[in-house]
Amino acid sequence: MISVSSAFLSFIHDDRRQPVLEDLSFGVEAEQSCAIIGPSGCGKTSLLFLLAGILQPDSGTIRIEGNPRCGTILQNFGLFPWKTVSENIGLGLTLQRSPEEKIRSVVKQQLEDMELTGFGDHFPGQLSGGMQQRVALARALAIEPEILFMDEPLSSLDALTRERLQNLIIDIIRAKRITAVLVTHSIEEAVFLGRKIIILSRRPGRILKIVDNPGGAEPGYRQTNRFFQQCTKIRDVLTGELNGQEA
Amino acid sequence: MGRKRDILIAALILLMLWAASAVLLDSMALPRPWTVFSDLAVKLADGSLLDDLAVSAFRALAGIVLALAAAVPLGLVTGAEQHVHKRISPFIYLLYPVPHVVLLPLIIILFGIGNFSKIFLIALIVFFQILVTTRDGARNIHRNYFYSMKTLGATRWQIYRHVILPATLPKILTAMRISVGTAVAILFFVESFATTTGLGYIIMDSWGRADYVSLYTGISCMGMLGFLLYLVLDRIEHHVCRWVISD
Repeated sequence: MISVSSAFLSFIHDDRRQPVLEDLSFGVEAEQSCAIIGPSGCGKTSLLFLLAGILQPDSGTIRIEGNPRCGTILQNFGLFPWKTVSENIGLGLTLQRSPEEKIRSVVKQQLEDMELTGFGDHFPGQLSGGMQQRVALARALAIEPEILFMDEPLSSLDALTRERLQNLIIDIIRAKRITAVLVTHSIEEAVFLGRKIIILSRRPGRILKIVDNPGGAEPGYRQTNRFFQQCTKIRDVLTGELNGQEA
Repeated sequence: MGRKRDILIAALILLMLWAASAVLLDSMALPRPWTVFSDLAVKLADGSLLDDLAVSAFRALAGIVLALAAAVPLGLVTGAEQHVHKRISPFIYLLYPVPHVVLLPLIIILFGIGNFSKIFLIALIVFFQILVTTRDGARNIHRNYFYSMKTLGATRWQIYRHVILPATLPKILTAMRISVGTAVAILFFVESFATTTGLGYIIMDSWGRADYVSLYTGISCMGMLGFLLYLVLDRIEHHVCRWVISD
């Protein structure tokens, strides 16, 4: 469904061209979930921006079949602090000029699904981190996306909230058959949520390894031995990459 | 409300300081507050001061509204569009530090000595204050807000309406607070010549006739005008920037 072939990306900084991503090729099949992991600053977020169409590659192609609806959750500043929770959730539909009534019913449903009922008139700044992330998720889901792009959606949360939201994300992408691409720096999160795991190198980001992770995005996977084995495997690849940096 | 009570206490303390100084000095140049306020009450009741208050309020408000109407759109576009910024900002850089008050003779030559010249000078001075603040506010919006809008498929116009304007609004209101003070100061200046109406005229005229009670009545009235404009701004801010207050 998503296919990336020999994509390069660079930024111009102080008049110098700095490569960010080099020669990336991979695919994500429909209804599959894919986690992208790598050392900080490796260009993970830039890769997600490429996939979501926010940035364009210098060369290479990014093809998404069939022009599907895409929902995106950005790491920070994704929610608009000047809009209420309800306005934030309904924004995608508002921009598409959907009828008021439809927006209202979708927002109401999303508030219920995300256990945010009663908070519709609050502003994001009045909510906890976990609630804000549920609002961001609700906003992305309100447009009924076929693909969901997530950039570190849970990085600022405490461990328990994080696990609860990971379970929620799995339930949703399975129930709605959503293709999910998630950027994370947490090995456990990548293994728990990604059916396919792409490991990036240090900047400029190249693909170190693509790991097939059959248990990914299955509820209950977290408690299995295979989960721990996969985590160890990915940790070894990443540690090897970081040790190479010191040498 | 604790804040209202504190403001009231501060007002009472100022009045008491005035009263104490007036009693201690016992000079014609500093009438006692109750003498001034009873004069004020009489002149407001018989309507003789109301006309001047209305004329002054109109000039100040018209100047501010005119400046807003021009400065906000121009500031938003200059801040948000790189190519406009590149062309317009050098002009702002050159024209902003010029003390615009010195243009008064020129404005009178161009527009005559009527109301419009007075309003135009107020508008011109306030225009630059609002323009610079609006432009800087629009320039410093975090780019992730724009990315979020892009992933939701927003048009340029929708980005102005849902991001650039609301994100800049608190800055615009701060600029307007400063502008109210400036507008009333310029008001006094432009009403001190070539007119027989307005609070500035009352002050200058009473001064010339050494009628100190009337002089203080005029000054108090001008102070109240500034304070009223400030209160109006408070109300507006309370309505349109609820999200800032709730932080």
